[in-house]
Amino acid sequence: MLTIYARRRLTNIIALTLSMIATISGLFWLSWLLWTLLSAGIAGINPALFTQITPPPGSDGGLSNAIVGSLILTVGGVVIGAPIGILAGTYLAEFSRESKIAHVVRFINDVLLSAPSIIIGVFVYELVVVNSGHFSAWAGILALAFIVLPVVVRTTEDMLRLVPNTMREAAAALGAPQWKVTMMIVYRAARTGILTGILLAVARISGETAPLLFTALNNQFWTTSLSQPIANLPNVIFQFAMSPYEDWHRLAWAGALLITAAVLILNIVAHSVLRHKQHSN
Amino acid sequence: MFRNLTRLAAGLTFLIVIAILISLAYGAAPALHKFGLGFLYNTHWNPVTEQFGGAPAIMGTLITSFLALLFAVPLSFGIALYINELAPTWLKRPISTAIELLAAIPSIIYGMWGLFVFAPWFADNIQPWVTEHTSGIPILGALFDGPPMGIGMFTASLILAIMITPFITAIMREVFGLVPSVLKESAYGLGATTWEVSWNVVLPYTRIGVVGGIMLGLGRALGETMAVTFVIGNAHNISASLFMPGGTISSTLANEFTEAVGDVYTSSLFALGMVLFLVTFVVLAFSRLLILRLEKKASRAPG
Repeated sequence: MLTIYARRRLTNIIALTLSMIATISGLFWLSWLLWTLLSAGIAGINPALFTQITPPPGSDGGLSNAIVGSLILTVGGVVIGAPIGILAGTYLAEFSRESKIAHVVRFINDVLLSAPSIIIGVFVYELVVVNSGHFSAWAGILALAFIVLPVVVRTTEDMLRLVPNTMREAAAALGAPQWKVTMMIVYRAARTGILTGILLAVARISGETAPLLFTALNNQFWTTSLSQPIANLPNVIFQFAMSPYEDWHRLAWAGALLITAAVLILNIVAHSVLRHKQHSN
Repeated sequence: MFRNLTRLAAGLTFLIVIAILISLAYGAAPALHKFGLGFLYNTHWNPVTEQFGGAPAIMGTLITSFLALLFAVPLSFGIALYINELAPTWLKRPISTAIELLAAIPSIIYGMWGLFVFAPWFADNIQPWVTEHTSGIPILGALFDGPPMGIGMFTASLILAIMITPFITAIMREVFGLVPSVLKESAYGLGATTWEVSWNVVLPYTRIGVVGGIMLGLGRALGETMAVTFVIGNAHNISASLFMPGGTISSTLANEFTEAVGDVYTSSLFALGMVLFLVTFVVLAFSRLLILRLEKKASRAPG
């Protein structure tokens, strides 16, 4: 029989060991995933990947059209979504703070933030594709913009709230109207933070597949036209990975490695900037 | 001027969500009109005879998400406990960054890895053993019956669990940080062990917030599309065994939406989408409410 003290100590040791095992298993999944990506993807990384377009099965090719397509979609989504997001975040942080409307908008923004991305795809399909009669890069850009928007609203509001009120008061005391205070003082102080939010949004959409399935669709050929279906990395990976062809699989892994590397680097940069920012405040 | 511009942008966010609801409802109307509420519990999904019942997809979504939570919650609690209470200071930052990276990896990557690496390994090493050792046991035997294919509901749940663990961990760490240190210190002062403090002081204090975090993870799992589409096997039936292929709302949408012909087919898919959106909406509203309540409690407490 164990004494009550020994039993308590034993429970403690077992529980803490289990929590350590949980952490190790979390790290284990991450390393397994990254190892798979590296070992399967590295073979496909060569100059042709960036210079040739997606091949039919059985011949050589690269992913250049998909890479360019993904860049166009991502940039487009950010250019449309981010400014609106910054303005809406400004409204929440500067003009309405604790009002009823602000709480409602904040909640609605959370709804949009957590809406399944495939639902956004279905929505844009109904909105754009059905009305225009065909899939297009524009539809894809719009879908991505709807995903960027809530992310940027959130981070902008958080970052603007970190700006000390004394700065606003000092500027207002000098006679600056509120728009000038916001534009010249608050934005300047929160610039890095807002940019980081945009960076996180870019990271989020560059791997998004589901909202592009029914909007930008895919394209085997090179195109930069925004009114046509456009190739993009996530959908090419999806199509190639689901196919039975070995050489398509190899390209899919190379594409997967590219996307993951880009997303992880963006995330690490954004988080280290954010941490730095929060420490200096 | 500027003020109105920002108000306009905020209003636009509001409008988008309303527009999503309206367009889903509009798209779903013909199917709901034809099948009525039976759409929710009808189990036949047959494009040829134009008979559509959402039950298999809805059940699939609920089962995989619930199973994923079953794995992810203890795992997240362990990780949060380790990082907050056990890890030496120099290890905290790298470990929490690594866990956060798990959340950043695009879901299609999880899908590919699940299909090509995890599923074959699972089918070779784990499934036959589990099936063999559970056969004959009343309920478990049926749950884990079937040929070792690797893909299926169980694999989908496991991968979902890995994907939502970082989100739940993040919330848990955040709410654990809200516990006034006086409370913890007094428990330690009475001679409580680390585990007793975590289980009997920290967890009860943060219970509401923890549930809120779990609900947030649930919301993620419900809507996850690509990873599930890769590994679930995409079948339109409800089988008793978790090792058999199934489908979820999002995987059905991903597979069939562009190929759907006929108004009723497309409309039924819209109806599925609407169900998914409403469920995630309710889950999110509930989790926000709980986290808000905990924050209020924390701001009232001294310390």
